[in-house]
Amino acid sequence: MVVFDRPKALSDVPLHYCPGCTHGIVHRLVAEAIDDLGVVDKTVGIAPVGCSVFAYNYFECDMIEAAHGRAPAVATGVKRTNPDTVVFTYQGDGDLAAIGTAETVHACARGENLTIIFINNCIYGMTGGQMAPTSMPGQVTTTSPYGRDRKIQGSPIRVCEMLSTLDGVAYAERVSVDCPKNVLHAKKAIKKAFQNQIDKKGLSIIEVLSTCPSNWGKSPIESLEWLRNEMMPYYPLGVYKDIDAKEEDK
Amino acid sequence: MSNKVLMKGNEALAEAAIKSGCIHFFGYPITPQTEVAEYLAKRLPKVGGLCLQAESEIAAINMVMGAAATGTRVMTSSSSPGISLKSEGISYIAGCDLPCVIVNVQRGGPGLGGIQPSQADYNQATKANAHGDMHVIVLAPSSVQEMATLASEAFDLADIYRVPAMILADGALGQMMEPVDFDAKESRELPEKNWVTNGHGGKRKKNIVNSLFMDPAALEASVIERFQRYEVIKENEVKYEEYMTEDADIVLVAYGITSRICKSAVIAARAAGIKVGLLRPITLWPYPSKALGKLADTAKHFLVVELNMGQMVDDVKLAVECRRPVSFFGRTGGMLPTPDDVVEEIKKIAGGIA
Amino acid sequence: MTHNIIISGFGGQGILFASKQLAKSAMHEDLHVSWLPSYGPEMRGGACNCSVIISDEEIGSPLIPHPDILIVFNLPSFDKFESQVSAGGLLIVDSTLVNKKSERDDINVSYIPATGLAADNKLDGLANVIVLGHLLKKTGMFDYDSFLSFMVSSIPPAKAALIEKNTLALKIGYDYEG
Repeated sequence: MVVFDRPKALSDVPLHYCPGCTHGIVHRLVAEAIDDLGVVDKTVGIAPVGCSVFAYNYFECDMIEAAHGRAPAVATGVKRTNPDTVVFTYQGDGDLAAIGTAETVHACARGENLTIIFINNCIYGMTGGQMAPTSMPGQVTTTSPYGRDRKIQGSPIRVCEMLSTLDGVAYAERVSVDCPKNVLHAKKAIKKAFQNQIDKKGLSIIEVLSTCPSNWGKSPIESLEWLRNEMMPYYPLGVYKDIDAKEEDK
Repeated sequence: MSNKVLMKGNEALAEAAIKSGCIHFFGYPITPQTEVAEYLAKRLPKVGGLCLQAESEIAAINMVMGAAATGTRVMTSSSSPGISLKSEGISYIAGCDLPCVIVNVQRGGPGLGGIQPSQADYNQATKANAHGDMHVIVLAPSSVQEMATLASEAFDLADIYRVPAMILADGALGQMMEPVDFDAKESRELPEKNWVTNGHGGKRKKNIVNSLFMDPAALEASVIERFQRYEVIKENEVKYEEYMTEDADIVLVAYGITSRICKSAVIAARAAGIKVGLLRPITLWPYPSKALGKLADTAKHFLVVELNMGQMVDDVKLAVECRRPVSFFGRTGGMLPTPDDVVEEIKKIAGGIA
Repeated sequence: MTHNIIISGFGGQGILFASKQLAKSAMHEDLHVSWLPSYGPEMRGGACNCSVIISDEEIGSPLIPHPDILIVFNLPSFDKFESQVSAGGLLIVDSTLVNKKSERDDINVSYIPATGLAADNKLDGLANVIVLGHLLKKTGMFDYDSFLSFMVSSIPPAKAALIEKNTLALKIGYDYEG
C-alpha cells in the first residue's frame, strides 16, 4: 500500500529550489489541493517572476508565465474569458507586494474569482537577497546593508491585513510552513482557497510565511527559528477575512 | 441605398472587432480613443462578452495576455502615452507568440503631449514597441471604412501568424464619421489553436505559455523561428495603395490621415501641371519597400509627409536605396498640414527638378 | 460636385445634430461624405464646430481650410471662420445671436434670425433645423421632401411629438425670405 506519493498535479521533475527553502512544501500543498478537488484538467496556473519563475514546469495543469507582478492581471484575463477554469497565481513578496501591488489590489477590489498563493519570505531570492517590501525592520539585505531603516526604507507591508479591507476578498489567511502542524493547517487553507473559487465566492489569498536560508545567510533550522521568532510576531498567523465565517456569526 | 452606416472611426473599429468574434476588451480611458471602450462597454454585455476597465494600461495589456493565452480573440486600445505603458506586456505577448490586437489612436507627444492627431509613434510601432528582438504587424487605416476592415484583418493576421497586430490610427480618424460597410472584409482561413492554456481537460498534454529561456541556444532558436515567420509575413502581407504614380515625377509617401491630405494635394498639383503621385503604405510593418524601390526606377523625387518630425524618412531612403532624393514635410504636436501646404512643398521640389 | 461645409457655434445648439443630418442624407443618396468634429477639452468649454464634406468623388482630406458653405451660430465662430470662406461661397448667419455683418463682397451672405424664429414658433432648440431648411433653399443640395422624410425617420417613435416640430422648423427655414 502506498502511504506517501507524489501528488498527480505535481510534475515528476526535480525542483530547482535551494536546500531548506519552503517553496517545495508549498508547491506540494497546492498540487494536493488540486488533486483533492479533482480539477487539474481545468486548472490554469500563473507563474510569477522571482524564485518560483519556473513553477510552470512543476504543475501538471496548463501554465502561463507572467511578467513581474502582473500575474493577477493575466489571471483576470484567463478567468474572465473562461469562467469555468480554475485559475491560481503563485507569487512572491516582490512580485505581489512591490511591482505588482496595483494588479494585486485591484484584482482583490474587483473580487476576481481567483486563488492567490503568496509566498512571503521577506527577501528577493532569485536576484540574490535584496530588500523586499516585506523585509523586517532592521533586516540586513544586499540593498539594506545596514539593516532596513523605517525612516529610509519605510515599514514592511502586512498584505493580508491590507487586502482584507477590500470587499472583493472572500478569504484572506496567513499561514506558515515552519512545522508539521502548521503545514497541515496551511494545506487546509490552500484547499479552501481553491474550493472558494469553485464555489464562485470571489478572491481568496493565502499568505505563506516561508524561509530563504540562502539569502538570509542561515541554516535551514536557523531559518525556521528566525521565521518563528522574527516574522511571526510582525506577521501574526490567522484568518483576516472569511465571508463564510461572517455568515456563521450572524 | 447601400447597407452602409455612418459611424465614428473609433466606433467602427469597435464594431468590426465584435463582428470579427472579439467580445472581450480590456482597456483604460485615454483621449482620443475613449469611444472604443465606451462603445464596447455598451455593446459587449449584450453579446455575451465583457469590456473591463483595468486599473492601468499595464494591467489591461496583461489581461489581454491572459485572455489571448486561452485562445480568445481579444483587444485593447489606447493612445500614445498609454501604449508606452503597454510596452512591457507587448513584449511578453510577442515572446509568447500570442495573437491579439492593440489599437493606438495616436496623439501628440512626447510626454503627456497633447490630444490632437499625431503620427509621432511611427518609430515606436514599427521598430521599438518594446524590448527584445520582436515586431508587431502594424496596420495604418486612412478612412473610417479601413478602421473597420483593417481591424478585422488584424485579428486574422494575428491568428494566422501568432503575432500581435497593431492598428496605428490617429485622433482625426478616431473622431471622424464616414460611411462604413461591415461586409467589406473577406474572411481568411485560420489555423487551429492547439497551444492554448484553458485547461487541458485530460485530453492533451499540458500547454505552457512562456517567454523565458535560461538556455541561450534555445532562446536564439525561438527568436529565429519567429523571424522566419516574420519573413513569411513580409512576403505575403504587405499592403499599400498607389495613386497616380505611373507617370509621377514626384511621389508622395504618406499613411493614415496624412495620406488623405496628400491625395487632395496630388489632385491640386496635377491641376497645376505637376506630375505627382502618392504611395500610401497600409501595412507599416511589413513595409512596402519593394513597391517604393520599383517606383524609384521612374520617379525623380520622393516626399514623405507625416504628422511627426520625419520618422518614416529612413524607411523610404532604405527602400529606394538612396537612388533618388527623399525629402520631408510634416507638422507635429497635433497640427495638421493643409493640402495647400503640401502643394507648396511639391512646387518647391518641382522647381528644383525642372 | 463637392460641398465643404463648416457649422460652428456653442455646444447645445444642435451643431452636431444638424451636421449629422447633412452627412446621413448624403450617405443615403450614395454620395461620399466625411464628418469631422472638433474634440477634446474645447468640447466642454462650449465652442463646437464640425466639418462636413459631401462629394460625388472620393474625399481626400476631411479637413476644410476654406469652406464653401459656412453656418455660424455665435460671434466667435463668425470671427474665426468668416474670412476663410472661399470666394463665391455661402455664409449663413443666425442673426439673432450674431450682431455683425460681413464686409466681404466676394461671397453670398444670408442672415436668418433662426433662434428668434424658433422662439416665436415655440420651437426652442430647433434653430439648427430652421437653418437646415434655409440651407436647402439657398443651395438645393438635397431635395426638400426626401431630406425631410429622411430626417424625421431618424426620430425614435418615443419622441413622435418632435416629428411635427422638426417638420415645421424645416419649413420655416425654407420659406424664410432674408
